[in-house]
Amino acid sequence: MKTGAKILVESLLREGTEIIFGYPGGVVLPIYDELYDSPLRHLLVRHEQAAAHAADGYARASGRVGVCLATSGPGACNLVTGIATSYMDSTPVVAITGQVPTNLLGNDAFQESDITGITLPITKHNYLVKSAGDVSRVVQEAFYIAGTGRPGPVLIDIPKDVSTGLAAEVKLPDKVTLRGYNPTYKGHKRQIEKALELLGHAERPLIYAGGGIISSNASPELMEFATLASIPVTTTLMGIGCIPCHHPLNLGMLGMHGTEYANFAVTECDLMIAIGARFDDRVTGRIETFAPHAKIIHIDIDPAEIGKNRRVDVPIVGDVKGVLKDLLALMKKQGAHEVWLKKIKHWKQHHPLKCPTTDGLHPQFVIRTLSELVKDKAVIVSEVGQNQMWTAQHFCFHNPRTWITSGGLGTMGFGFPAAIGAHFARPDVPTFVIAGDGSIQMNIQEMGTVAANKIPVKIAILNNMYLGMVRQWQELFFDHRYSFTELPPVDFVKIGQAYGIEGMQVNRPEDVLPAFQASLDCDGPFVMDFRIEREENVFPMVPAGAAINEMIGGHPR
Amino acid sequence: MKPHTLSILVENKAGVLSRVTGLFSRRGFNIESLAVGPCEEPGMSRITIVVIGDDAKVEQVMKQLNKLIDIIKVSDLTENERVERELALIKVTAEQGTSRAEIMQIATIFRASIVDVSPKSLVLQVIGETDKIDALEKLLRQYGVKEFVRTGTIGILRGSKIVSGGK
Ligand SMILES: Cc1ncc(C[n+]2csc(CCOP(=O)(O)OP(=O)(O)O)c2C)c(N)n1
Ligand SMILES: [Mg+2]
Repeated sequence: MKTGAKILVESLLREGTEIIFGYPGGVVLPIYDELYDSPLRHLLVRHEQAAAHAADGYARASGRVGVCLATSGPGACNLVTGIATSYMDSTPVVAITGQVPTNLLGNDAFQESDITGITLPITKHNYLVKSAGDVSRVVQEAFYIAGTGRPGPVLIDIPKDVSTGLAAEVKLPDKVTLRGYNPTYKGHKRQIEKALELLGHAERPLIYAGGGIISSNASPELMEFATLASIPVTTTLMGIGCIPCHHPLNLGMLGMHGTEYANFAVTECDLMIAIGARFDDRVTGRIETFAPHAKIIHIDIDPAEIGKNRRVDVPIVGDVKGVLKDLLALMKKQGAHEVWLKKIKHWKQHHPLKCPTTDGLHPQFVIRTLSELVKDKAVIVSEVGQNQMWTAQHFCFHNPRTWITSGGLGTMGFGFPAAIGAHFARPDVPTFVIAGDGSIQMNIQEMGTVAANKIPVKIAILNNMYLGMVRQWQELFFDHRYSFTELPPVDFVKIGQAYGIEGMQVNRPEDVLPAFQASLDCDGPFVMDFRIEREENVFPMVPAGAAINEMIGGHPR
Repeated sequence: MKPHTLSILVENKAGVLSRVTGLFSRRGFNIESLAVGPCEEPGMSRITIVVIGDDAKVEQVMKQLNKLIDIIKVSDLTENERVERELALIKVTAEQGTSRAEIMQIATIFRASIVDVSPKSLVLQVIGETDKIDALEKLLRQYGVKEFVRTGTIGILRGSKIVSGGK
């Protein structure tokens, strides 16, 4: 007989868990006692929200399930933003929470909150475990559900008496079978043939590639498909990295802050192949004018995404990697789409992303400098706001899972803790978080975590002393009325020092490269406080409700 | 916007009903009626939900329902030949005299049965489609409906087709 807590830790190890991110408290004491001398590594964060984001960052960088742990009540509630973030971006996370003993459930006991109820709409599934004998099966199922099909977070709520209760070893099946959960992996052959028929007739095809390509590890297949069939590729914020930035077929990001040429291509294409993408409103702008001349092929593992926002001509439900393989196997030689590609080349030449050349420290320059310095040897995590968009636009990503950002939920405070998680997934390369001065202060306490554990996350703050993205909207659409978006100056280097972290404040362009170099030379964490032009904007931009070819801040057409 | 009758086969587990209803409420759907009970398979329940909504929105909810791990199968019965029934209990004011006789006559016409009699009231039990029950209740209003309780619609396909199985 073993305790539920012991079974839990053994089950996590059995699933191959390397590290869990957590924070202790009353009802998880039995679990923490088990962790005390366990081979399972535990990282103590400074706020449970950071544990959830770190597990998420680990999952995104590695493709494996990330795990976080918190106590009941306030601990569990602090995970909520992180769980919602991972739900919106479909990342595999298992969140474990302690719960009050089963006999007190529903009594408003000390530190009780109904976390399975609270997380119902933001988890792929959740469990309230009722007996120690169920723990191993539930953990096995949770990992299976989180990591397969369309990935997502799964929460396991474990009452204290379940952790302390005793149960005999349960023989687990090698493979989980759940009657109500059978994702479709294989695309329908007839649909694949139909897609190829459409492709055969297309003169101006375009691939719209989303985060599903990253989560399905389908970049090689995507590249092969795009190259063989001569189809340009535009990626969503989540899809960045699925095709190298400098690839001739790559059009960069589409949508609200997409490149002009990507948005032009969307508007003029006659066939759009959406792969692992979901026609989000930040991508489509006014949906009625999105890809108005195009037939749509939509490949996604989640049938609920098909036709949700846009009528689709050929839906293919399946794992995008497998579907792309099948497409490749059946594909005959395709036209070269020369006229189309020439047109795109022309757009690319005449409508490049702008990098300001006036005096002062420009964020675009900061990002480009880092990009040239680290090339493909880094994991880049962003916060949310202008910092995120400048990084998405100006950093040259070469590989999948090297760009990590909160897309669907847009969670400020995600970046720094996610970078901590990413570091444990990719200790072989440096991890940078590109932050805003607002976002970094949402989880700045994690400086304690990186300092105490010498976690070499490099923190680059694009400090504009504003909630810059909101200020930009106020400037453009609210008549410069900067209502509560100015942040008083903060000396982030000094904050770092208080935690024992080295750092540098950067005010001039010529100091940018040396600062990044210093950060790499330092074997621990490092803070860079870039005092950028305060009112720099992110352009081009599609105003809310406009068609995506109606951009402001671009080049004249 | 039209009523849809959805038949949902679920694992009979704690919380499954809130998972299902949550998907409707977060989209601003109002559930017209809801009936739940055990079914032909041990450990399973069948939920019948009637909602009013446009076809595309209902289709999206059905797809989301299908994604729930505890849901085995979701079908929209609306487009199919089906039998739908609801049971209602109606407590009507019925003093001795003419009104009591009239009420009993109405009951006969609706094939409702009198399941409780007291000096001042009668309880009618009626089975039928929603329209029939609505009609009866409306007729009885003139006598004074003290309480009106209904089970919510349940539905089943005509012929040998069934709503079950792996999804
Ligand atoms: C938790 C949270 N609260 C509020 C917002 C709304 N929001 C989006 S961007 C932004 C400003 C971010 O400021 P900062 O981190 O300094 O980044 P900047 O835009 O200046 O680069 C805000 C407040 C959000 N995305 N997340
Ligand atoms: Mg800022």
